[in-house]
Amino acid sequence: MPAHPEFVARFEAALRGGPLPPGLRARDPAEVERRFAVYRNNVAASLSQALATRFPVIRRLVGDEFFAALAGLYARAEPPQSPVLAEWGAGFAGFLDRFPPLAAWPYMGDVARIEHARGRAFHAADAPPVDPAVLAGADPARLRLGLHPSVILLALAHPAVSIWRRNQPGAGDIPPAAGPETALILRDRAFDVPVQALGPGDAALMAGLLAGRTLACAAQAAQAAEPAHDPQPLLVGLMRAGAITQTTE
Amino acid sequence: MLPELPGVGFKPEHFAAIRQGAAGIGFFEVHAENYMGAGGLPHAQLAALRADRPLSIHGVGLSIGGARGLDAAHLDRLRLLCDRYDPDSFSEHLAWSSHGADYLNDLLPLPYTEETLALVCDHIDRVQTVLGRRILLENPATYLRFDQSTLPETAFLAEIARRTGCGLLLDVNNVFVSCTNHGTDPRAWLADLPLDLVGEIHLGGHAAEDLPSGPLLIDSHGAPVADPVWALYAEVIATAGPRPTLVEWDNDLPDWPVLAAEAARAGAILAQGGTRLARAS
Repeated sequence: MPAHPEFVARFEAALRGGPLPPGLRARDPAEVERRFAVYRNNVAASLSQALATRFPVIRRLVGDEFFAALAGLYARAEPPQSPVLAEWGAGFAGFLDRFPPLAAWPYMGDVARIEHARGRAFHAADAPPVDPAVLAGADPARLRLGLHPSVILLALAHPAVSIWRRNQPGAGDIPPAAGPETALILRDRAFDVPVQALGPGDAALMAGLLAGRTLACAAQAAQAAEPAHDPQPLLVGLMRAGAITQTTE
Repeated sequence: MLPELPGVGFKPEHFAAIRQGAAGIGFFEVHAENYMGAGGLPHAQLAALRADRPLSIHGVGLSIGGARGLDAAHLDRLRLLCDRYDPDSFSEHLAWSSHGADYLNDLLPLPYTEETLALVCDHIDRVQTVLGRRILLENPATYLRFDQSTLPETAFLAEIARRTGCGLLLDVNNVFVSCTNHGTDPRAWLADLPLDLVGEIHLGGHAAEDLPSGPLLIDSHGAPVADPVWALYAEVIATAGPRPTLVEWDNDLPDWPVLAAEAARAGAILAQGGTRLARAS
């Protein structure tokens, strides 16, 4: 009868705090527990470190010690399902929303949504930007813009963009904000992943473009959301970032 | 084949310094799992490194020593990565790191038995078939041994290589860490390993803790290579001749010149080994 599946199962249960598997041998038998603890620590610390790499602002907000404990609980609730740890953490924002000890900080989940989106944008597929000249002669009533695979728009219930920005290294004096925010996240030509809070007009414009509406239609929605809205600054910003990758008429 | 020169584990923090020249560095090695996104900076940097120098892709997550079959999706990711960058070497570990679908992110140990030998060989056959290349298998750093084991680690590794045709990645720091932890002689371990199977050598730093029975060494990759490890390495090179040698430093990263100096130290030992062998022949 194969013994290895049983060995792996018992070793893994012991990593999670269960009794040590049989047959462990240390130089001094009294030190078996301490030596096994190296594996326990490696698993816990490496997963916590992996999560911290994806969610540095959450760690900054809750502190290193709290974060390590939080990572342990999250790793148990939603362990990584592949060795590609950059993909781990899709459910972390929801986990924070439901985590009772953080109930007094309801914006944590939204900050985690921003950080998760930044990770996705960082690793998103490449796509070359269009030549700005193609926009000049286009008919807005027929023009549809294809956006870079990294572009993500997040409607957040809390002022999480402001919180995220205040917690960046070297952030100046950014005033606290209140109320919901919409975040625009993309990877620019220098591979940076800035986070921008959009006003209601820009948010409606972006939502329209991402939904594949024509430029005129998206601009109309923007004006409905914010009278006298000018789509130009956002479009110029997207162009500069290299985020417009396709045009169809 | 990698060149018989020193290489370093690539870290994005060092990219700008490396682009200034990185004289004496014969190859770079990356962890496969860090390059499995679709695009962006990691691939831009790796493509730039690959254009200039030989490349080693080192997997840390395939769980070759696992009890269930290999993760087909992950193996496919490795195949795509190898197809994309055509590395000069692909290597993995004699360890397991997944349980079911759950990934534990550590290189965990296995007993050395006829059963695990057959299992590991099956897994390596599959990897070599899917990747269409011979791989190198790395000896682990271990903190415990198992009553269940019926084969010494060196015999286990040599038999895997004999059955599958794979080569070995000799991590000299892991040999020193394991042998110190088990109270055995690293020189005897090295004397038992057929060094002609070694296609690459790893050197890294370890951490130490004092236990009543003696030191507990932990393979931390967060410090310079320790002097006893340098001494063992020089003996290996003197015996086996020069081998591609990687200095790995994954945690508490130093500035580039510190890492480059470690690689240069390996380079000096490699050059000496080459001269000695040339004189002997």
